[in-house]
Amino acid sequence: MDMDTLFLSRLQFALTIGFHFLFPPISIGLAWLLVAMEGASWKTGNPVYERMSRTFAKLLALTFVVGVATGIVMEFQFGTNWSEYSKFVGDIFGAPLAAESVFAFFMESTFLGLYLFGRKRVSKGIHWFSILMVAVGATISAFWIIAANSWQQTPAGYIIQNNRAELTSFTQAIFNDSTWVRFFHTFAATIVCGAFVVTGVSAYWALKKKDMDVTRRSMKLALIIGFIASVATAFPTGHEHAIQVAKTQPEKFATMEGLLKTQTRAPLLGFAIPLDNPPRLIGAIEIPGVLSIMAHGDINAEVKGLDAFAENERPPFFLTFVSFHNMVALGTMFIGLMAFGIFLLYRGVLWETRWFLTILVAAIPLPLIATQLGWIVAEVGRQPWVVYRLLRTADAFSPTVSAGEVLFSIVLFGVIYLFLGALYLFVFIREVKEGPVKDSVEEVTV
Amino acid sequence: MDLNTVWFLLVGVLFAGYAILDGFDLGVGALSLFARDDNEQRIHINAIGPVWDGNEVWLLTGGGALFAAFPPVYATVFSSFYIALMLLLAALIFRAVSMEFRGKVDCPVWRRLFDWMFGIGSLLPALLLGVALGNILRGIPLNETYTFTGSFLGLLNPYAILIGLLTLSLFIMHGAIYMAIKTVGDLQSRMQGWANGAWMTSVILYVLATISTFFAAPFLFDGILSKWSFWVVFLPMLGAIAYLPVTIKAARYGIAFLASSVMIAGTLGLTGVSLYPRMVPSLTNLDYSLTVYAHSSTPLTLKVMLVIALIGMPMVIAYTAVIYYIFRGKTEITEESY
Repeated sequence: MDMDTLFLSRLQFALTIGFHFLFPPISIGLAWLLVAMEGASWKTGNPVYERMSRTFAKLLALTFVVGVATGIVMEFQFGTNWSEYSKFVGDIFGAPLAAESVFAFFMESTFLGLYLFGRKRVSKGIHWFSILMVAVGATISAFWIIAANSWQQTPAGYIIQNNRAELTSFTQAIFNDSTWVRFFHTFAATIVCGAFVVTGVSAYWALKKKDMDVTRRSMKLALIIGFIASVATAFPTGHEHAIQVAKTQPEKFATMEGLLKTQTRAPLLGFAIPLDNPPRLIGAIEIPGVLSIMAHGDINAEVKGLDAFAENERPPFFLTFVSFHNMVALGTMFIGLMAFGIFLLYRGVLWETRWFLTILVAAIPLPLIATQLGWIVAEVGRQPWVVYRLLRTADAFSPTVSAGEVLFSIVLFGVIYLFLGALYLFVFIREVKEGPVKDSVEEVTV
Repeated sequence: MDLNTVWFLLVGVLFAGYAILDGFDLGVGALSLFARDDNEQRIHINAIGPVWDGNEVWLLTGGGALFAAFPPVYATVFSSFYIALMLLLAALIFRAVSMEFRGKVDCPVWRRLFDWMFGIGSLLPALLLGVALGNILRGIPLNETYTFTGSFLGLLNPYAILIGLLTLSLFIMHGAIYMAIKTVGDLQSRMQGWANGAWMTSVILYVLATISTFFAAPFLFDGILSKWSFWVVFLPMLGAIAYLPVTIKAARYGIAFLASSVMIAGTLGLTGVSLYPRMVPSLTNLDYSLTVYAHSSTPLTLKVMLVIALIGMPMVIAYTAVIYYIFRGKTEITEESY
């Protein structure tokens, strides 16, 4: 019975966090793009920017509400499904969650209400301020939740006593070894997600020759922001994150890079097919020495391989490896796509290059896939621990909840999320097909 | 006052804030089941449109504060109420998205679907939150290791259901008063009727609940009359209950809203006063209860959290007040409405 509850609880957490995590990255990215659009509208007084803003605001509202609705589940689940975890870490883990509510959730949801409903009630400046607060709030929210999760990856500022982790330093716990780099990496990724929504939607409008006044400007804005953010996910944030993992979680690093044996002049894999039980690689193409340089800045540095770790302390090989490499491949592709888009734009041929516009439309979901893969690397790569080297996942679930109850909730959420996902796509596509909003709202100042 | 007591109070304030703020929009949602046409339905939704999301954050903050300040209480209660909380979450999800989705397609079947979702998704949380409160008041079966030994069906006992009906009735009263502030004409006078009826229902259920508590959880009354905190909560609440029908009849809905807020806060306040220093009594043996002192975080965490609360909450209250001020007045359907 215990194994079942554990397995089902993990499945439920993966399902609910995976589905939830599709939405906040779009919300954060779109919110910042809207800060730029609304700012342009306010400063230039050009009604084209206002129509652009109002159009993307509709997509933000839609995305935000699904993110909020599925996010409540996450906070409850620590208690409902992971009660032993909650008791063990509550002294440390609860504070950032509460801080997230106090400093971020209130701000983003309250100002989103003002932003969406207040266009005619407040001045343009205040209205711009409201979307700025939404973006800031959503970003602060990302900070706190990543700080909390980073403590699970690289715990700090604690002492184990009374059968739990007790806080000794709040600042050390929050600003632990991985917090900042993971925050900037994830933040850059959210901007990529938002930018790809805007480039994809603009490309669709361009293909359908809808309102080129809005389309030209939204495409240009999102291509430039998307390019900068795509580069930033790799350098410096992605690279620095990998270095941090190599230092603080060497078994995760060995798993994601597919390094089986501890060695100096460790090679970087160009290509390989991974297999589990035991972990092995087929058809590996290696670039000698590069992994040592990347991880430690020295070709002769030793990099720990999987053989350095006991079998019951290694993360699942196949899933971590495949997720990591596909994330990197996608991230590299994003830089290329955005750069090529900018190139076509400045050559003045973007609007006639229909095949590329079609690719941009199809690319809308790709950053979401990349963020999901990144999250899998972070979470699966930490296994078998729920708190790295302090608490095993197998010891963290709720012992008083039966497998049948968890099965019930998995089916419940499974059905609801399928329904929500379908609805979201249906309404999203419908809104996009309508094209940018047409009329302008006359300016009303209070 | 020591840190543990301060946090017991603060968690109570957060949940009371939630009950007052999301209380009215859950009530408005439940009342929307009786809307007579599409326009009335939209007025219900748009009356809470700009504020419901912020209101719901109070629940998240209360949950987060409980997790941070009293981890074993959070862990035990949330895992014990598993099925009930999953249903609550499902209802809150449906309610949130139905507001956004209903206006997107101009089709009567589509709209009716989301209208029902919005209504049931509001009514069910109002009921379930009360059922949860009732179970905490009565106590849940905890053994000597503070482990839950009950079942979902055990949580659906008559006492808890009575408390659930009481919170539902309170929220409907509260929501009807809010709607009366936001509407005019025929809809407003019907809301006045709802407020009045729900007030009467609430008073009757309140008396029944108090009598039942004597039998279900007599320990809650131990020495209560000699606690000063009891009188601080009880007397204003009694005043608010007595004053409510007068203000509703006089159509002074702003004052009535304050009074119903006091009545709701007072209900939770009395819960806190009678439970303290226990947080969750054990039905098995009162010695196995979860308490503010034995089941809290460390003093350092409580101190850090207090700093967070003292910096953050005044800001939250300030900008929330500004937003309510900006959206004052009657609800109008405009181009930007749901």
